[in-house]
Order: sequence, then C-alpha cells, then structure tokens
Amino acid sequence: MSLEQKELTLNMGPQHPSTHGVLRVIVTLDGERVVKAVPVIGYLHTGIEKTMESKLYYKALPCTDRMDYLAPMSNNLGYCLAVEKLMEIEVPEKVKWARVCLAELTRIKSHLVWLGTHALDLGAMSMLLFTFRDREMIVDVYEACGGQRMMTSYIRIGGLSHELPPDFEKKVRRVIKEIPAKLNDYEDLLTKNEIFINRTRNVAVISAEDAINYGLSGPMLRGSGVKHDLRKANPYSGYENFDFEVPVGKKGDAYDRYLLRLEEIRQSLRIIEQALDGMPEGPYRAHVPGVVLPPKEDVLYKMESLIFHFKIITEGFKSPKGAVYQGIESPKGELGFYISSDGSNKPNRIRVRPPSFVNLASLPKLTEGGLFSDVVCAIGSIDIVLGEVDR
Amino acid sequence: MNEVLKAVGNVFLKMPLGFVVTLRHFFKKPVTLDYPYKKKPMTPRYRGKHYLERYDDSTERCVCCGLCAAACPADAIYMEPEENEKGERRAKIYEINLLRCIFCGFCEEACPEEAIFLGQDYEFSDVNRNAFIYTKEEMLVKHPRKDNPFKRLYRRVRKVHGVTDKIS
Repeated sequence: MSLEQKELTLNMGPQHPSTHGVLRVIVTLDGERVVKAVPVIGYLHTGIEKTMESKLYYKALPCTDRMDYLAPMSNNLGYCLAVEKLMEIEVPEKVKWARVCLAELTRIKSHLVWLGTHALDLGAMSMLLFTFRDREMIVDVYEACGGQRMMTSYIRIGGLSHELPPDFEKKVRRVIKEIPAKLNDYEDLLTKNEIFINRTRNVAVISAEDAINYGLSGPMLRGSGVKHDLRKANPYSGYENFDFEVPVGKKGDAYDRYLLRLEEIRQSLRIIEQALDGMPEGPYRAHVPGVVLPPKEDVLYKMESLIFHFKIITEGFKSPKGAVYQGIESPKGELGFYISSDGSNKPNRIRVRPPSFVNLASLPKLTEGGLFSDVVCAIGSIDIVLGEVDR
Repeated sequence: MNEVLKAVGNVFLKMPLGFVVTLRHFFKKPVTLDYPYKKKPMTPRYRGKHYLERYDDSTERCVCCGLCAAACPADAIYMEPEENEKGERRAKIYEINLLRCIFCGFCEEACPEEAIFLGQDYEFSDVNRNAFIYTKEEMLVKHPRKDNPFKRLYRRVRKVHGVTDKIS
C-alpha cells in the first residue's frame, strides 16, 4: 500500500497576526516544505497617491503620515524634501538639524515596534511589552512636538509646524540615556536565546546579488552585506555633517538583520546626540513669501504676512513645471517621492517608492524551499507595513 | 559535538539571563495606568476635540471667514454666515464632522481670528453617527476664560515684535 502524496495549497492571511496588517500569502506546500509562496496585496489600498494629486501641496501632507504609520516623520520628511526640491526652497540650518533628530527618533521607534512584533511572531511575548513601553518615550516627544502621537504632520514644507517644544531637549536626552540600557536587556533576552537563534539563523536567507537584483533597500539589503545607505550615498537634510557607521550583516539571514537593526538603533542614538549638541539657533520656518506659511506671530502683527497667509491657505502655491525625485533612508529602506508638476497649484502626479512594497517582493525568494513555519519569520524580518505596501 | 555543547551552554547559561530581565520587572513599578480612572496628561499642543473661543465680553471670536474650511484636507467643516444684533459677522451654522476629521490641526493653524482650537479631549465615542456632527453650540466654550490659548499667543506676538503699549 502506498500513501497518496500531493501538494497542498494553503491560504495564509489576510487576517493573520503575523502578517502585520492584511497580507495574504498563497503557500503551496509539499509536506512541511514551501514550494511556492505568492504574496497577494491590496487589502489596505486607500488610494493615497491619487488623493494627494487632488489636494494642494500643503494639504497633501497628512496623507503621507498614513502610509507608513510607524514612521510618520520619515514620510513627512521625504515629501517635504521633494516639494522643497521642486520649489527650490532652502530651509534654515536649525530646521535641518531638528529634522535629522526627528527622523532618527523615528528610526528607533520603527525598529522597536519591529523588534517587538517580530519576536512576538516567534513566540517571545514579553519583547512586545518591553519595546512598546520604551517606544512610549519617543511617542511622547512626538506629542510634545506636533500634538499627536502617530499622525504627527510636524515636518512641513519649508520648515516645521511649530517651534521645537521647550522640553524637547530634556525629553530626547532621556531617550538617549535610557535606550542603551534597554537594548542590553533585549540582547539578554534574545541574542543568545537558543530558541530565537534556531528560529532565525539561516532562515530567510538572501544573497547580496539577489538582494540587489530584487531592488531591496534598507536593512534587507545591508543584512546581506551590501553597504548602501542613502544617508551616506546621497546625503539629504544635512546628513553629511554627522558621524555615524553603516552596519552591515554577513549572511543575509533573519538573525543578521536582527543584529543589524539593533546596531542601527545605537547609531541613530549617536546621530541624535550630535544633532542635539550642535543644534544651531534660528527660525523654524524658511522665509519664502507666498510659498511657506508665515509664522503665526507675524500673521497677527503684519499685514503682508496676513495676506500671504490667506493666499497660501486658499490657493496654495504654483509650482514650476517639471519633475523631481527625492529618496530618503526611511527605517525600512529607500523611501522615494516622485512629483511631476504641470505648473498648477496641485501635483500632476505623485508616485511613492515604498520600501516595504519592494522588499515584500522578495518574499518568494526568502521562503521557497524552507519550512512553512519560517514564512512567519521571513515576513517579520522584512519589516513591512501594509499601509505603505498598498498605499 | 562542539555545536551541541554550545547550544547546551546557551540554554543553561545564556537563557537564564533573559529570565533575569523578566524577573527584575516583578520589583519595578508598573508603567501602565489604571486608564478610565487615571488619565495621562496630554501635552499643551495635543490635538483633540475642537472648541470655539469667545472674547472677554463673551461674543464669539469666529467671524465665519471660511479659512478653516479651506485649509481642511478632509473637507470636514461646513459653515454659513449671518449678522448679529450689532451688525457684526458671525457664523449661523458651523459644523465639524468629526467622522471625517483627521485631527491634523490645519484649521487651528489657518484661523486668523484665533477662534478655533483643538483641545485636550479625546473621549467622544457615541452610538449614533449623527452625534459626531458637532454644531457651533456644542463647540463654543460656555464662558470666556482667564487663560486661553489666544492670550498666550498674543503675549508671544508682543514679545517677538517688541510691542509695549497696552491693549485697550
């Protein structure tokens, strides 16, 4: 007697706790081995790119918060840099430093959530509680700056929405002081944990060549040993003034990416410290009449500012014809904004190059041939946010 | 063999380190709050439910200029103007649909009269969708207050521009 053997097709998701949103993966199995994995996306499609095209430039900003909702400041920064490039606005030096500081806080915050959820997927429940507790410190900084914990909209075209809050430095210093000790705790919990090592080492491996061919970016690319970071390769917002290392992995497996992200948090802390120490004095918004909103203190005192205030809010500003692309190193990889303008006050076309979407495309490569339970680990180690994948 | 020894060593020597981390939390104060009874204070810039301010003589500050509606990315604000008994312009209808509102704070930023502010209140759930269309009466503060955001802003304006003469 012989047992009949055939492949089994299994639907993972769309509602599955390890898919970090609504991702569906059609997995074809041969026993416990994955033969084929096809990610199906689009369950969280909100038409953000199209919505942004129907809005004035400054009104499209809150849409960017809602793409990668774990790293709102990075998205704000990318969009604002793109519009500033289009409009040829030079922002004050202080704004640049503050933005770097906030973008790096965002990187830490995003990596902390990643660490918590990834470890939770692999069965380490307490990690999620610890990382969410520590993330709270950074969320508090956000709330003090922009007034909201996730959808900050703090970085605006031509500067910031408010002056940095008075207790900004105190709060950020607290982050710098406390996070390294917490990182040591995480290392104690996971780095030498036999269960964690078994679940992640030599799992979801991608070679450097494949990583480049798939167009991966961020920790996914660097985990395979390719030293490419837009902050070094194509500095924006004054990153050339900061001293930091770009950590790389060796094997390109999930464990390497875990170590790499922890190291990135440490490097981010270094950048934040430099940014705080060297923060220059100056205005928090560029003075570009007719394009950048004048500060409220001027609106209530000067006639010209009030007129510009009315004009910008009702009509927006006209952009020159042309197209720009601005890529930034978001926590998940290269986040790019392509804006094509036809000379009106609304963007003609906005296209976002989302790191999560491109990185997710490598899921079949990461999982095929491996065990079924490693699909969970692979999805986790890519660090996707479905809001950004589907936009 | 070496690998096995290493793994065994990890289990017996390194993993207890993790347990120590967890155990240490038995002796720490909890970071969680007993939420409905204890609340976390929000920062001054917090963007919660909107409210409309009054002048010290309790007339409304809002003149229904429509700038907040123009700035609203979600098109959540609707208004119609009228004149009050002194012939001054004010809002006859002023509605914010809080189901559409994304709490971006653009209305507060746009307002040239310093009439609308986003307050500290974040608890406004309801079972009825119509209840989320907030009218002017619901949003107007009951009485003029001593210390409100626009007075703070005026103080800042005077400081920034070096205004010293008294306001009547």
